[in-house]
Amino acid sequence: MEKKGLYGLIAEFDTPTDVVNAVHKAYDAGYRKMDAYTPFPIEALNEALHLKRSKVPLIVLIGGIVGALGGYLLQYWASNIAYPMNIGGRPMHTWPMFIVITFECTILVASFSAVLGMLALNGLPQPYHPVFNSPRFELASRTNFFLCIESDDPEFDERKTREFLEQLSPGKVSDVEH
Amino acid sequence: MSVALKHEGEHEAHHQELSPLRRPLIEGRKTYGDVTTDICSLMERKPGGLWWAAFITSLTIFLAGAIATTYTVTTGIGTWGLNKTVGWAFDITNFVFWIGIGHAGTFISAILFLFNQKWRTSVNRSAEAMTLIAVMCAGIFPIIHMGRPWLFYWVLPYPNQRGSLWVNFRSPLLWDFFAISTYFIISAVFWYLGLVPDLATARDRIRSKWRHALYRVMSLGWNGSNRTWSRYETVYLILAALATPLVLSVHSIVSFDFATSVIPGWHSTIFPPYFVAGAVFSGFAMVMTLMILVRKLMKLEAYITPQHLENMCKVTLLTGSIVTVAYLTEAFIGFYSGNPNEMFVIINRAMGPYSWAYWTMVTCNAIVPQFFWFKKARTSIPMIFVLSILINVGMWFERFVIIVTSLHRDFLPSSWAMYTPTVTEIVIMLGSFGLFFTLFLLFLRIFPVISMNEVKGVLHYARD
Repeated sequence: MEKKGLYGLIAEFDTPTDVVNAVHKAYDAGYRKMDAYTPFPIEALNEALHLKRSKVPLIVLIGGIVGALGGYLLQYWASNIAYPMNIGGRPMHTWPMFIVITFECTILVASFSAVLGMLALNGLPQPYHPVFNSPRFELASRTNFFLCIESDDPEFDERKTREFLEQLSPGKVSDVEH
Repeated sequence: MSVALKHEGEHEAHHQELSPLRRPLIEGRKTYGDVTTDICSLMERKPGGLWWAAFITSLTIFLAGAIATTYTVTTGIGTWGLNKTVGWAFDITNFVFWIGIGHAGTFISAILFLFNQKWRTSVNRSAEAMTLIAVMCAGIFPIIHMGRPWLFYWVLPYPNQRGSLWVNFRSPLLWDFFAISTYFIISAVFWYLGLVPDLATARDRIRSKWRHALYRVMSLGWNGSNRTWSRYETVYLILAALATPLVLSVHSIVSFDFATSVIPGWHSTIFPPYFVAGAVFSGFAMVMTLMILVRKLMKLEAYITPQHLENMCKVTLLTGSIVTVAYLTEAFIGFYSGNPNEMFVIINRAMGPYSWAYWTMVTCNAIVPQFFWFKKARTSIPMIFVLSILINVGMWFERFVIIVTSLHRDFLPSSWAMYTPTVTEIVIMLGSFGLFFTLFLLFLRIFPVISMNEVKGVLHYARD
């Protein structure tokens, strides 16, 4: 990590309601580069942070189509071209027999693209993240709710932002070093 | 898994009053900190005597099964009681039985998630683990049955040097391979995805060196940022939607192994729904048996409450009744067909030499779950424990009856035969139970047994 200095300022809250209200106020105050860190998902935060619609469903759709086509074509190619097997003079293109595996391949590839797409968009696995440098951050996975305003937000000013966060009456406001 | 806190700010007052209709899902007025401590401390403290006793017993039984399996593989399938007429028996019974057990986990995590059943949060993690382990147990049986299990990878479609021989995509046995491997992979992914945030909690709490390193790697650097959660929630919902038809497809495809053949008693269009209902039925019965043991062994009475068990009893009652209707329909269609071979199978099942197995099945699967109509039975834990075990005995016999009674008296009376399992087969079957419990007990020690992040989300359900 070459970057030095402040990654942002982080405020700690006790309840989900407090953090949701804090995010609303921060958004109204013009902050955009911020994120909330919580021990469980809170839907109201998506709205408060004005998150855009996720790209994940599109990735899944593409994965599903690739899986379906791939599964079907593999079966068609293997049983008609690579290793044709004529059973009792029946038509070679036995599409009803291929449905089951096509279905399984659709689900398999769609699910994989969902999970891998999510991991990629979230930048996981993530060996290092500055928020872990803040002193009480380990509580973010257990009991407490955090709001971090990042220093590269155009509105960010160390003194003003700290004052802003403090008037939201959090448990504590601390620096997040890079 | 998520909480709708949208209006909590404005309508704080509504949360102050207790609901007159709903009881809290988690008892004992737990806080977020309590949930973390309760679940993580199960992983931190040394296992008790009871755990060790259970583990050593299971491991011993598993090793006995491993010896019997080695004997079979090195000697041949002749070590089993199969003959020319009854070519499938114990082994395939066990396979179908374990696959059936493996249905409850994904049912709870996917279908109940789509139906917004919040009570699932206490049991989904261990039910999913149960599913994975049951599918592993199931997977062993067809591989042993191959006779030359070291060539099992021949079922994979890949370019090869055997004259480029391709697998037969028109065979239901290959469909089965695809269905079960897809099911196993997706269940494992679903389970692991659900674990990631909880492993992050464990990482932030547990300090012992190896454990910390394990959770650190497995939690992928999860920091609980809302952007991450938001995509995670979307993916969880999508996976639930994809896993739902998958669960229903797996046992349907297992039933195709039978239904697409021409054996009377197998060749039937009722098989897919009948197998799926039976699978969910036996899966839930196994979840109940395990949850009753887990809540006692791990002292999780506040999380897995009688309310959870009662809900599962209701699912068992419903699916058990579907199974009963399937039995009646099967018998009716047998006679309605006018086909003497079909009629003979029905009569032979109920009155032939394996009638004891048939009537065990009917008693355990059609009569036993009917006790769950009574609230007294649904709320008495010893009662649920006994009934859930009886249901699984019944469901094991159901597969035995379907397989053996349909085969042992085939079209030519001169080839009629009886089937008796050998000691080897019985030990392999017991060994699969040993494997199941060994892995499940390890799971209880290594991973968070209850999904902490989901329970925290429903902690305030019907509470201030």
